[in-house]
Amino acid sequence: MDQTVVNAPKAPDATANKPAAPGPQEEAQTMEKPFIQARDAKVFYGEKQALFDINLDIEANRVTALIGPSGCGKSTFLRAINRMNDLIPICRFDGSLSIAGQEVYDPAVDVVALRAQVGMVFQKPNPFPKSIFENVAYGLKIHGLSSSKSEMADRVEWSLKSAGLWDEVADRLDQPGNSLSGGQQQRLCIARTVAVAPKVILMDEPCSALDPIATAKVEDLIDSLRKDYTIVIVTHSMQQAARISQRTAFFHLGKLIEVGDTKDVFTNPREEQTQNYITGRIG
Amino acid sequence: MINFTQQAGFGLRRRQRAETRFQWAGRGAIIISLAFLVTLFASIISNGLGVVWQSQIAVTVDLGPDEVDPEDIGGASFNSIVKKGLRDAFPEVEKRSDKKLLYGLVSSEAAFEIERQVSNDPTLLGEEQTLWVTASDDADLYISGQVDTDLPEKQRRISDAEIAMLDTMIEQGKARESFNRGFFVNGDSREPEIAGILSSLAGSALTLLVCFLLSFPLGIGAAIYLEEFAPKNRMSDLIEVNINNLAAVPSIVFGLLGLSIFLGYMGLPRSTPLVGGMVLALMTLPTIIIASRAALRSVPPSFKEAALALGATPVQAVFHHVLPVAMPGMLTGAIVGMAQALGETAPLLMIGMVAFIVDVPTSVLEPATALPVQIFLWADAPERAFTEKTAAAIIILLTFLIIMNLIAILLRRKLETRF
Repeated sequence: MDQTVVNAPKAPDATANKPAAPGPQEEAQTMEKPFIQARDAKVFYGEKQALFDINLDIEANRVTALIGPSGCGKSTFLRAINRMNDLIPICRFDGSLSIAGQEVYDPAVDVVALRAQVGMVFQKPNPFPKSIFENVAYGLKIHGLSSSKSEMADRVEWSLKSAGLWDEVADRLDQPGNSLSGGQQQRLCIARTVAVAPKVILMDEPCSALDPIATAKVEDLIDSLRKDYTIVIVTHSMQQAARISQRTAFFHLGKLIEVGDTKDVFTNPREEQTQNYITGRIG
Repeated sequence: MINFTQQAGFGLRRRQRAETRFQWAGRGAIIISLAFLVTLFASIISNGLGVVWQSQIAVTVDLGPDEVDPEDIGGASFNSIVKKGLRDAFPEVEKRSDKKLLYGLVSSEAAFEIERQVSNDPTLLGEEQTLWVTASDDADLYISGQVDTDLPEKQRRISDAEIAMLDTMIEQGKARESFNRGFFVNGDSREPEIAGILSSLAGSALTLLVCFLLSFPLGIGAAIYLEEFAPKNRMSDLIEVNINNLAAVPSIVFGLLGLSIFLGYMGLPRSTPLVGGMVLALMTLPTIIIASRAALRSVPPSFKEAALALGATPVQAVFHHVLPVAMPGMLTGAIVGMAQALGETAPLLMIGMVAFIVDVPTSVLEPATALPVQIFLWADAPERAFTEKTAAAIIILLTFLIIMNLIAILLRRKLETRF
């Protein structure tokens, strides 16, 4: 299939990772080639418009945080990127959204290929009701990404290590995924996503169902994943956005109000609405 | 002054009374329904358990070479041999009508039973033998003590003369009750003492097999498509309403449909488990579809979302993650449907499974009858001895049902333990 969004994912290498992008500090100024690019992106639920003319650039190998009060459209935007919104029959997208120059809403795009390369982690940990091993191996199986049992086992191990979960589950891979604690389940979901080597990982409030200790672990994990993946994260916690993201986009009532380096957005916001939100006056 | 007891007000006494009242009403309802259930079971079991025992009468028969040619056993007239044996036992019976009564004490099958015993064991030949044969239904009722001798003779099925003969036999040890193997291995018969359950049991099993093989895959297939893939529009609403209506259509209508389509139009063989199973499958389908859809709907959408987000195709997401979780619920629906089908009589009458079937069917293309139809036929029969058979057939039907449910429960538990 040559009309897919990007090339088929290559097997990740456990030892040598892809060359990391320039450090966040230097790159903040350069900003030449955004990896994900939204232009006049609009989303409608039936008659109701949920997103208004979003123009947003998301850079590779950075964590971009989408913040804003409930119902502001940040999750809708996130789910527009891997077209999970397609599951809602009345949902309609207009405008342009491209990943690495490929238009996501091009009719030739196969959503299966898109989602294989744009992974997603959900708000509530949702491991499959199968064993830990099978949870991680599932994506590999359906995409035929490993040719032998031992290769499969290696990739599962690599994925679990990437998600920082290997040491905790190495001796009980055959146990059900939902026997783990909430934080472990969420890291299992991240491992499952990482296993198929996506280019982008979308996270929809991944820590909102977790306690502070589990949250800290997941945040560390996100930070360590940054060098290999482009991460877009929706979060309700401004502290979290400040801790883990390099770029922050503030949404309000379906509009993108402000986007910039996290440091600037939180210390020196250009818009008054942003100021009000981060100081707790709206939201 | 703070008060945490019922005296504190808030209408608590009234509210607590209402609470107690409701709970007792519930307990009352359960007790009443249990009482009905116990009565039902007690009456069926007390009526039907007697079928395990069957009366036999010993007849001394002459199997000498004059009567039976060892080279040609089938050529002998066992009927007259039995009659002669009975006459010899009661030399005082001379009147023609009394002789007839005497002959009537053994089953009309007695001659065949002797022939079978002789064929199985030719060493019996050549001399006189005392062999056990099945007593007739009326004699059986007397021997097993189910005849009220205080009644006037006219109101009994069995006359004083017959009673006198039977009493003599019992005294001489020539009448006994033995295990009624025949009931479990024979097919139906006009003679209650010979009639067995196996033909209708096999018929029911074959019919249900056809029904399950058709309705389960079709039903869950339809449910999966409608629930997971079909676009939600006016058409799918229409289909849903129609399926719900079909579940409430009287079963005899499905019988008529089967009669006109399967027998009339398609020309399939009548009275066969194949057609019976097809008709019952039509009837069971709505139940299975509705239950399966409910089971699919109860699966958390997060499994499907997670699979889709990983790049699974919709079919993969459903078959790998939704279906395994919904399977136990689907099985429950299927079993409810099958249990309905097992007890269904009316549609089977329509397609001719009400036939009098003596042979045990071994394939779905042989004429057969089913357990509920057999119960119907026996309950309708004039001979009193069929009452016992009817109750016994009901016990068999209920046992069949319980076994089916047990299998379903075990299967469900096995599926559920997989995480």
